[in-house]
Amino acid sequence: MTGRRLGRGVALVGAGMSKFGAFPGKNTRELFVEAYQEMTASLDKGFDPAAVEAAYIGNFSSELFEGQGHTAPIMTDWVGLTPVPATRVEGACASGSLALRQGILAIASGLYDVVLVGGIEKMTGLTTDGATDALATAADVTYEIPAGFTFPGMYAAIATAYMHEYGMTPETLLQVGIKNHEHGALNPKAQFGQRISAIMEARKASAARKGKPVPTWVTELDFLHDPAANPQIAWPLRLFDCSPVSDGAASVLLVSEDIARHYTDAPLHLIGTGQASDTALHGRSTLTSLPAAKRAGQIAYEMAGVTPADIRAVEVHDCFTIAEIVATEDLDFFKPGEGWKAAEDGLTTRGGARPVNSSGGLKSKGHPVGASGVGQVVEIFHQLRGSAGERQLPGAPNIGMTHNVGGTGQTCVVNIFERR
Amino acid sequence: MSDFDFTSAAYNAQLAEKKLIGSRCKKCGHTFLPPRALCSHCHSSEMEPFEFSGKGKLAAYTVIYFGPTSMKNAGYDSKNPYCSGIVDLEEGARISAQIFGVDIAHPEAIQIDTPLSAEFFERGEGERKKVFLGFKA
Repeated sequence: MTGRRLGRGVALVGAGMSKFGAFPGKNTRELFVEAYQEMTASLDKGFDPAAVEAAYIGNFSSELFEGQGHTAPIMTDWVGLTPVPATRVEGACASGSLALRQGILAIASGLYDVVLVGGIEKMTGLTTDGATDALATAADVTYEIPAGFTFPGMYAAIATAYMHEYGMTPETLLQVGIKNHEHGALNPKAQFGQRISAIMEARKASAARKGKPVPTWVTELDFLHDPAANPQIAWPLRLFDCSPVSDGAASVLLVSEDIARHYTDAPLHLIGTGQASDTALHGRSTLTSLPAAKRAGQIAYEMAGVTPADIRAVEVHDCFTIAEIVATEDLDFFKPGEGWKAAEDGLTTRGGARPVNSSGGLKSKGHPVGASGVGQVVEIFHQLRGSAGERQLPGAPNIGMTHNVGGTGQTCVVNIFERR
Repeated sequence: MSDFDFTSAAYNAQLAEKKLIGSRCKKCGHTFLPPRALCSHCHSSEMEPFEFSGKGKLAAYTVIYFGPTSMKNAGYDSKNPYCSGIVDLEEGARISAQIFGVDIAHPEAIQIDTPLSAEFFERGEGERKKVFLGFKA
């Protein structure tokens, strides 16, 4: 596709993240410190902060979410790395992956040997309406938002085009949410680390405690079909088809391959990275695929010299349930129009042939937008090193992938990592 | 329209006249809505204004229960939802717009490929009053 290679090898040696969720008493720098501390603790051969030569921080819009611009030097200051060059990188919900890309390119160029990468976002300080309006600035505010579109609305439009083309019904989307909550229930960092059945039982118990009529839900589908529990947001997407508004931070350490073993005996090698851009959703020739994600994936596969079958762990950008189905097709895990059947057949569950989003995905883990792309890398770090605890995928996966989308696919990044 | 400069301001000024003006590349014939000054198809800068008929069909849609502030201010909410969609125009471009004349209460019954025609409507108060592009089934 491009035939391009990195100038030299880049290794991922440390990774950490804050818990994702709603943290009224914490701002982005405080969440970032938590992520950084967990990252440094993961460097099993120790760490000298003086070795860090530069930092790249993904952050969509602290201006709108917490009234703070110019965030990168604040992050490096709060972890004691001043005066290293600190650069903020923005690409909507793919900001974190863009920061990672900048770190990769900086090391591959030979300019630096040790680079800190972070992702941050603090979204819950705004009301839901305020967060909706802030996120809408990642769309085309001149030509998409005046049409009444929201982000759930645009992904819902993708879903209607997909249903029309391939015969899926909204019932399949519910299965994606159920699956990602099952995965997230095993992730202590997840915002909604509960199965939907557990959320349902908690609501019933709460109603009983308050002396209110107890809902008669028996199965998760009863709960998900109830408009009181799972209201329509943008048909066919309901509340449980949407990732939440979240606060969180994530951090990783990248180093040049030749010094990786100074930091850990189990480095991961960045073997493929692809990025692509696109026009607004309505300007594309297809509405059932994200062409930029497909292209980013093809570039990453080619650079890595691997095929979809080689990918043993994958985190995809499930900002909405339909996005996960489309992602599994764009990355060639399933043929166009087959992704929804794979989801229905359970192929994407932890025990399935093609597990997707072992972390719980953005749906259950949470989606602090600028942090999400780096958070995905944290999950792949643990899955490939066998440190994912209860949610460890079977078979000692050695190759993992992240797929991160900004907007409705105006920015897409795909990375592939390998444990050798 | 000889002074049409392919900006969003010029586009909106034409909407106010109930005209749907995009651009067409003089080199390759590609049509654009909204208008652009540079052809993203063949990279030519030789553009001319191009009037769309406003006829098209529905390519994708949604019924939105929680809209942006602008739509809440227009009176829409979860009890009064609205339809937004992507419209395939006859002359070969696609655009996002609010969709009227469809069964909002039964989103599953709204049909992709439904024929549509442009419907220009006013929204907003005082200086913020503006003509918007919609489509009607």
